[in-house]
Amino acid sequence: MLVESPPEQRAESAPAPPNRRAIRVLGLLVSVVILVLVALASIAVGAKELSLEQVWHGLFDASGTYGDVVVADRVSRTVLGLLAGAALGLAGAVLQALTRNPLADPGLLGINAGASAAVVTAITFFGVTSLSGYVWFAFFGAAAVGALVWFLGGSRGATPVRLALAGTAISAALYGYLQAIMILDDAALGRMRFWTVGSLASGSDSTIEQVVPFLLAGSLLALALARPLNAMAMGDDTAKALGAHLNRTRALSMLAATVLSGAATAACGPIMFVGLMVPHVVRSFTGPDQRWILPYAAVLSPVLLLGADVLGRIVARPAELQVGIVTAILGGPVFIFLVRRRRTAQL
Amino acid sequence: MKTNRAVRTPGGLSVRLDVRTFTVVVLLLVVALAASVVLIGTGDFPIPAADVLRTLVGEGDAGQEFIVNELRLPRVLVGLLVGASLGLGGALFQSISRNPLGSPDVLGLGQGATAGALTVIVLFSGSANQVALGALVGGLVTGFAIYVLAWKRGVHGYRLVLVGIGVSAIVTAVSGYLLTKSDIVDAARAVVWMTGSLAGRDWDQVWPLLALCAVLVPLVLAQSRGLRMMEMGDDVSYALGVRVERVRLLLMLSAVLLTASATAAAGPVSFVALTAPQLARRLTRSPGPNLVAALCMGAALLVTADWISQRTFGADQLPVGVVTGVVGGVYLLWLLVTERRAGRI
Repeated sequence: MLVESPPEQRAESAPAPPNRRAIRVLGLLVSVVILVLVALASIAVGAKELSLEQVWHGLFDASGTYGDVVVADRVSRTVLGLLAGAALGLAGAVLQALTRNPLADPGLLGINAGASAAVVTAITFFGVTSLSGYVWFAFFGAAAVGALVWFLGGSRGATPVRLALAGTAISAALYGYLQAIMILDDAALGRMRFWTVGSLASGSDSTIEQVVPFLLAGSLLALALARPLNAMAMGDDTAKALGAHLNRTRALSMLAATVLSGAATAACGPIMFVGLMVPHVVRSFTGPDQRWILPYAAVLSPVLLLGADVLGRIVARPAELQVGIVTAILGGPVFIFLVRRRRTAQL
Repeated sequence: MKTNRAVRTPGGLSVRLDVRTFTVVVLLLVVALAASVVLIGTGDFPIPAADVLRTLVGEGDAGQEFIVNELRLPRVLVGLLVGASLGLGGALFQSISRNPLGSPDVLGLGQGATAGALTVIVLFSGSANQVALGALVGGLVTGFAIYVLAWKRGVHGYRLVLVGIGVSAIVTAVSGYLLTKSDIVDAARAVVWMTGSLAGRDWDQVWPLLALCAVLVPLVLAQSRGLRMMEMGDDVSYALGVRVERVRLLLMLSAVLLTASATAAAGPVSFVALTAPQLARRLTRSPGPNLVAALCMGAALLVTADWISQRTFGADQLPVGVVTGVVGGVYLLWLLVTERRAGRI
């Protein structure tokens, strides 16, 4: 009983009138433009400052100058940010719709922790060093923890508080496991302390090639779930009456969220709160329709992730602040604000 | 056997005694002390329990006296005090948040203390005492922040837990940042500290902890009637004459102090604060916060876990926090399943 959908989410069911739809399409285009600008900033800003001219040169007319090399490097990182950001945003939006809980988030539900625990196990016990190996471990960890949280949270009777507590408890247990490994294995500690904060600096062409298929498949699946999730928002009975397959939708939603956050975590480590914040912001101007929430989340989440990454590069120049740290420090207060805004009776 | 018995003194004072709770408390004390004696005897230089007892009352030989009184006794005392503080602090938080998972671990007090300690380790390369001070400050600041942020015409249990989760994420990010900034030697030291360890604790850690417990434990126990009524809901307890917010503020402050100082002394030993009150409640089978039983259970748990870690992994190979983490993790999952079945969370 933590959170119920605000009344207006239930009230609106008729298709949006044409002028509102036009506004939403326009808004989506504006968001895409913002995304392009942030992506350009992500290429231009860093330890080596590049002029727009140099960026242009590196992007479309590369000739192997120093600037071109820097641009190529930052392009990989930016593409990884775009993909991972979209994945986290979509996963968050799907989980929030699935659990009917605005506080759901892959990080909060322990899915990221499961993925990183599995990756850490892969490094220490199986000697896995390549990303293609990581991805499978991360998937396994994310899927196992996702299923566990879902089960412990009460599966069909899941309430927001139960899921949040189950996720936090499991994250805490996995965190203890990570520490035990780090004490015993200095080499693992050396790698993991960078891995566990979440960073885009690992972005390279081979990294991206490995995760792209999973991210694309997961994104398509998530976008395709918009209609059934809309039906589920009205409550199980109504959804059933409308012809939605409840269990199939639930299973596919968990699958999409797991694939997306597992792949994103495999590529750049656990990143908190992107999946929590963006769908929230998006819902405030699109309303409850998942057919708009999901595309907007897919476009605006990379804006946040890349923005946080750029900020991390500016704040700590010439070093950089990992993007996972920036998003947690920005996202924590937002989470607390959301918790505070609910009425006491609902909490 | 009657479960409740009134004990009367000639002066006209009387106290109600729950026989089962009383028995459990006595048994837990016996377990804690017995485990302490065995733990003192365990190590690279094993001492039989009889010799340990003889040395403790001052009749051992010089070598044993040095090992027992200077090396091992302070460590065991720190373990007992830390366990007791964590058990009591956890019972208070769980009762205030009316949630079996509302322990300092989940609320982020441990993480806050960790961030404070890491600041000292990484940025200032401080001594052990400075690290403890940093942890204390970090824990207190985090506790204060959680209380203020959860305050909205009163502090409500679920909001407290969820705000705690948010704050915990922020301070965890700070710790992660500090870990990436440090060199590998500091990082290794930090990770051992973060797991919670009793290794190398001496009398300097015992006295402040003992003094704090001597002040706070009676204070908390004196308020336990109010706390027990508050479990029935704020409105009912207000009607029964409990000054709800004042009692809650006082008890939360005590719980934060207890947890933060225990964390400063031994690091954030995980799960003791979470499990001790729950185990105690299941043993006494009595409603209410079960403060005394939780306190004894915490002490017994921590000392036993330390003994297990020394026996299984060898002396000071793995800190006690690893054992409590593994045991606690399993227990936590079981707790979640049973609580779900009972429909309580």
